[in-house]
Amino acid sequence: MNIPYILLTPPVPRDLALELPLDPFSLEILLVGLFLLHILFVNLMVGGAILTVFFELLGRLSARYDRLAREIGKTITVNKSLAVVLGVGPLLCISLLYTAWFYAANGLTGNGWILIVPLVILAFLFSYAHKYTWERWTGRAKQHHIVLGAASAILFMSIPFIFLANINLMLFPDRWTEVSGFFSSLQIGNVFPRYFHFLTASIAITGLFLSGWFSRKNFPMERVMPTFTRPEVRRMFYKLAFWATVAQVAFGPLLFVTLPSVGITFELLAVILTGVALAAIILAMMWKEVTSADHRIGRLYWPIVAAFTVLVVFMATGRHVYREASIDDHRQLVVDRTDKFQAVELATLMRIEAGLGVGQATATGPTGESVFKNCAACHAVDKVLAAPSLREVYSIYADNPSGIVDWAKDPGVKRPEFAPMPSFAHLGDEQLELVAEYMLEVGAPEGQDSGSDGESM
Amino acid sequence: MDFPLYFLDGIGNRLMFAIIAITHVLINHPLAIGAYPLVVALEFWGWRKGRADIDELARKVTFVLFLVTTTLGALTGVGIWLGAALIAPFGIGALLRIFFWAWFIEWFVFIAEVVLVLIYWLAWKRWAEGRMKKLHMGVGVLLAVMSWFTMAVIVAILGFMMGTGSWTADQNFMSAFFNPLYAPQLLFRTAYAMLGAGLFVWFLQFFFTEKGSDLRRRAVRFISIWVLAWTPVCAIGAVWYWGRVPEAARANLDVALMTQKYSQWNDSFLLIVGSIVGLVLLIALIGTIRPKVIPHFVLIIPFVLSLYMLGHFERAREFLRKPHVVADYMYSNGVRMDELPVFQRDGMLTYATYVRHRTVTESNKLEAGEDMFVLACSRCHTTTGVNALTDKFNTLYGSDPWDEAALNAFIENMHLSRTYMPPFPGNDKELGALVAYLQQLQATKRSVLGAQTRGVDVPPPRATGTASN
Repeated sequence: MNIPYILLTPPVPRDLALELPLDPFSLEILLVGLFLLHILFVNLMVGGAILTVFFELLGRLSARYDRLAREIGKTITVNKSLAVVLGVGPLLCISLLYTAWFYAANGLTGNGWILIVPLVILAFLFSYAHKYTWERWTGRAKQHHIVLGAASAILFMSIPFIFLANINLMLFPDRWTEVSGFFSSLQIGNVFPRYFHFLTASIAITGLFLSGWFSRKNFPMERVMPTFTRPEVRRMFYKLAFWATVAQVAFGPLLFVTLPSVGITFELLAVILTGVALAAIILAMMWKEVTSADHRIGRLYWPIVAAFTVLVVFMATGRHVYREASIDDHRQLVVDRTDKFQAVELATLMRIEAGLGVGQATATGPTGESVFKNCAACHAVDKVLAAPSLREVYSIYADNPSGIVDWAKDPGVKRPEFAPMPSFAHLGDEQLELVAEYMLEVGAPEGQDSGSDGESM
Repeated sequence: MDFPLYFLDGIGNRLMFAIIAITHVLINHPLAIGAYPLVVALEFWGWRKGRADIDELARKVTFVLFLVTTTLGALTGVGIWLGAALIAPFGIGALLRIFFWAWFIEWFVFIAEVVLVLIYWLAWKRWAEGRMKKLHMGVGVLLAVMSWFTMAVIVAILGFMMGTGSWTADQNFMSAFFNPLYAPQLLFRTAYAMLGAGLFVWFLQFFFTEKGSDLRRRAVRFISIWVLAWTPVCAIGAVWYWGRVPEAARANLDVALMTQKYSQWNDSFLLIVGSIVGLVLLIALIGTIRPKVIPHFVLIIPFVLSLYMLGHFERAREFLRKPHVVADYMYSNGVRMDELPVFQRDGMLTYATYVRHRTVTESNKLEAGEDMFVLACSRCHTTTGVNALTDKFNTLYGSDPWDEAALNAFIENMHLSRTYMPPFPGNDKELGALVAYLQQLQATKRSVLGAQTRGVDVPPPRATGTASN
């Protein structure tokens, strides 16, 4: 089976020639931890944007939901800024740990990757416009206001796709040659199941967050949302979080079975199954909250948050374990290739330092002919390239080689038809004198003696 | 080198990245680093005088700053990371390994900056009285310090790319950080940011104050004094920096040509800078003595001019760094100085990963030449767009079919006569392939697609590897 073998031969790039600033294990810990912090706020940003529009639409039926939507919308301002700023740390870590893989994925999906910048700017501006026009765009303008919110929510929902495509694509170097552009990269690995898993998690986490956020003591519920009671809001968002987590029972296994087998190990299974067990406990706790009486609701809030935190740590670790396993073999190839090249490089440098040259003809002192290389791009003997020919130079400077030296050190512009000549003062007088004599020698008309009149020989 | 290379033929990688980076700096300097201290000063002034209208003016200005810096400002900053990963993965990857801790600390400061700007804006009305007002101003001061500090870190990396100082010898982080350009550049940028903020708010406050009002008169005078105070500091910083730059450039580049390039640029630029500074000082002086005289439209002129100046400064700084992306270490096309002789002896394609052919033959010459173009030239040049190779060679050799020998001689030696160009990083056969490709390019004007569109090729495994399965 020769053909599949060749098709599966991944590109094996060389790595950068500098050491990592930190041992890989510490970097991995940093990456997983910092990424969790980042993704928490991304979840709250995306979930917040979706729920804001959802409740604003519901507000068309019953005005009380409009007030609720507005309060949810306010949380986006802080969460979206933290989502962005907290993304930089994990970006640094992943770029360091997986330089050859991550940057490869960035390059292969480049237009999508760089569009992140304008898309996020637009999403943020829409979100601000949506927030600060809430009181003004009422009546007929309300429709436009909802469209604005929806536009911002759609942008917030689309951008994670680009990131997902990249961290997915980096895992499968043997598929890189199949990619031509961002959209084609979505066919590799399992971007879509991952995306739905992420989106559902966003709703679950935002639900849990809002359940606590609107129940906090200093929240002026009576003033801003007088038609709601705290237990009511709390229960509503608990339910949302509960059903979103239930939906993960479908998306989770889908995500798992669509994972390319390359990175699946027993370690990964153990981590994920522990997570699943934890999810079952969380569901039970949340259901208990949903069904408890008004005065008792909220007692399990912090235990649920704690259990959720442990759950996402397990899931993030699972992700990382999968990533490591799927890249592992390829990384060894990259290390080998990098080492081999560096050995060649070092040997070459040592030859040069020992004065042996690179292994080709060794350089001797400068001669007129060798210095003329500096000039040959523009000056030829008979031809006019980008400057006068040497025949012409001869006709001007035949008796005056030092005139060439002076001109070369501080050239002016004599001929508008040519690009101005750059200065060659950096070559020094000695080399310039050599080249001047050489130029007059080869520039002399056929049959005439070199150096001409006054010169010896 | 060994990355699938993103390439925007047409506007070019450089311009795409410059748009992101310059937008960032044009917002970051005047609207964040300089403007936060200015609005805190305004807030403090209003509080001392017990004037609610001054406080309200400071709040409205802050709203504008908040809108712009948390969207366009913050995202173009992140965009520098995202963009650099595309246009120079080798460069940003290397810098990240050297400056990881600096960037890591800068990141914490950046987080603090974002949190503080959110508090400063969102809590303005809530923290309005007594101790809470003082706390609010304290947040503002801290915000100003943090946003300055992010710049204090980044300036080290910018300076390093232009002059690595003793780092190439000792590989020490501190010598990389406190490179020769560090202090003057930091002073210049700090003063510029303060000045730029003054010029921006000068103009902006007209939207929030009424004609002929006492508030407008006081605001114009206040900011005029601010501008008068910072202009000389900016000038001193510029001169100090100016004095250091050519030295550093001289250390990295061949003296003569750079001086020629530099001096041409120098003359016209000094005249422009002088006129702008003179104009700013004149307006500031009038604003201090007769604040009522200053009409609205006049004040947008210094702001726009100052943006132009900063943009030009960044362009020149980037130019001076050539032919390196990291001085004394890596050329702008990603070739390390240490690997150059290997490539020139054995060939660059030989060691490349994402190319179609590893050795040049008569039949693959044009494809191999195009790959050489992507590897060696495409970080800065396009085929026929911005900074196009066709333009460069047309200037040199005219539009008649270019001469093969001339192209060969030029590319082989261009780094000697044009010291901002890196040496050609390949062997003779690859040079021949590139020349053949260029001749074809002149005839067809066909553009080249980058890895983001066309994908990547990997040459078939060598015969030795395929026998086994």
